[in-house]
Amino acid sequence: MDILVKAIDVSKNFGPFKALDQVSMEVARGEVACIIGPSGSGKSTFLRCINLLERMDGGAIWVNDALMGYRRDGNNLHELSDAEISRQRRRIGMVFQRFNLFPHKTALENIMEGPVQVLGEPADQAREHALSLLARVGLADKANHYPVELSGGQQQRVAIARAMGMRPDLILFDEPTSALDPELVSEVLDVMKDLAASGMTMIVVTHELGFARNVANTVTFMEAGKVVETGPASEVLSAPKSPRTAEFIRAVHS
Amino acid sequence: MSTADGMSTVDRSKYEIAHLKLVPKRHIGRTISAAVVIVLLLALVRAFSVGQIEWSYVSQFLFAPVILEGLVNTLIMTVAAMVIGIVLGVVIAIMRISGNPVLSWIAIGYVWIFRGAPALLQLMLWFNLALIFPTLGIPGLFEFRTVDIMTPFVAAMLGLGISQGAYTSEVVRSGLLSVDAGQYEAARTIGMTQRKMLRRIVLPQAMRVMVPPIGNEVIGMVKLTSLASVIQYSEILHNAQVIYYANTRVLELLLVASFWYLVVVSILSVGQQRIERYFARGSKSIQASM
Repeated sequence: MDILVKAIDVSKNFGPFKALDQVSMEVARGEVACIIGPSGSGKSTFLRCINLLERMDGGAIWVNDALMGYRRDGNNLHELSDAEISRQRRRIGMVFQRFNLFPHKTALENIMEGPVQVLGEPADQAREHALSLLARVGLADKANHYPVELSGGQQQRVAIARAMGMRPDLILFDEPTSALDPELVSEVLDVMKDLAASGMTMIVVTHELGFARNVANTVTFMEAGKVVETGPASEVLSAPKSPRTAEFIRAVHS
Repeated sequence: MSTADGMSTVDRSKYEIAHLKLVPKRHIGRTISAAVVIVLLLALVRAFSVGQIEWSYVSQFLFAPVILEGLVNTLIMTVAAMVIGIVLGVVIAIMRISGNPVLSWIAIGYVWIFRGAPALLQLMLWFNLALIFPTLGIPGLFEFRTVDIMTPFVAAMLGLGISQGAYTSEVVRSGLLSVDAGQYEAARTIGMTQRKMLRRIVLPQAMRVMVPPIGNEVIGMVKLTSLASVIQYSEILHNAQVIYYANTRVLELLLVASFWYLVVVSILSVGQQRIERYFARGSKSIQASM
């Protein structure tokens, strides 16, 4: 199995609070991994450690065989510069709970920004790619709309297209449907299902257990900064080994 | 039911009011205060018309070459000082919010010192720099006599620009703080470096917050340049003074100068509205007005 993301003993403290306590995880290429758990369990923090939005206090993460944030040189680990970290982040897309589209740019410009400004793609080529991505998320007719003119579900679909625009190895989803009105959740989940079917590696922090059951290959249950249980989606969701996992799943369903 | 019917006939006549004549509310207080203000204004106009103002002098000097030359110098100084002020303001604001404690403290110190002394005093300090530093330069490489460099133009530009930078940096900082943290994160996740993130994502959004106060500062600077008259920079007030020292028509020349200040400020106010509209693209307020 081709491992794309490998995290070993990742720890993160906010003052005396242990947000992450030696979290380890592996995600294979092409796999969809869902992380579930009560709020404050550290799932989002772990996701943000992968692309270095949060600085780890302990442990290490490899993405595509590259050690995130450091360069190994014999027996020394050198911290990477701002530019080198930016280069590592290019290959890791992220979709946020609150969309975080650039409000001063249209849907099309939001998707083109990274490819043109960071990857140096010619504008024509980037525009063509961006338009095809907008068509893929069902928003071909909204290319020239500003985010404020779009519904939450539409904004999140543009945000997914923006992440895809960078042709990433991996996309991280941080509770992508939690800020949406209930009737808009399915349109975003449908886009994510389509993306999973196309073979994109995805790590999804979510409360949508239905999505996890239908789409995820593996499900990890986290609580209090620790991984409680991890395994194939069907096993963890239908026959959890840990009583805490079972309790959480029951609580979400009721 | 019968009582209800009886009630409803009474009610119906009570609720039929469409045919009644509407008598607007009378604003007696408003009428009186408007009348008082108009009378006072007329008195003021009359005072000016019977006062000993030779309006012919005003019209004679309104377009005099010396005055227009002064106007151009005022505009040049406004632009020069504001360019220095804005560049310094952006640099100092970024230093202030950077993670580097040394830069941050230098930025705080800069704002403290240059906001702490009157602009006029700072102008005079620069103009008299030769008293403590007779020469400027890097010893061995090049050296100039300070009096040759510190012309009224340079002294005024540095004095006004550097003190303006202290104020503008606070405007820029409030603009940067107004941008949501999620925008910084989104820019980072598409692989932007710090500098590109500031230039492409953060500053354009901060501009929406920064333009009104910076427009205010530009308008303030147009008038602040009049301080340069004290160190003999020939801006419009200085040139008006030169004329009235000769012909003693003090008030007429001051009116000429104030006319031109008003014209410039009016034009700038219109320009500010245009710029605001540009940077408001993609925000709710502009959508509402479109």
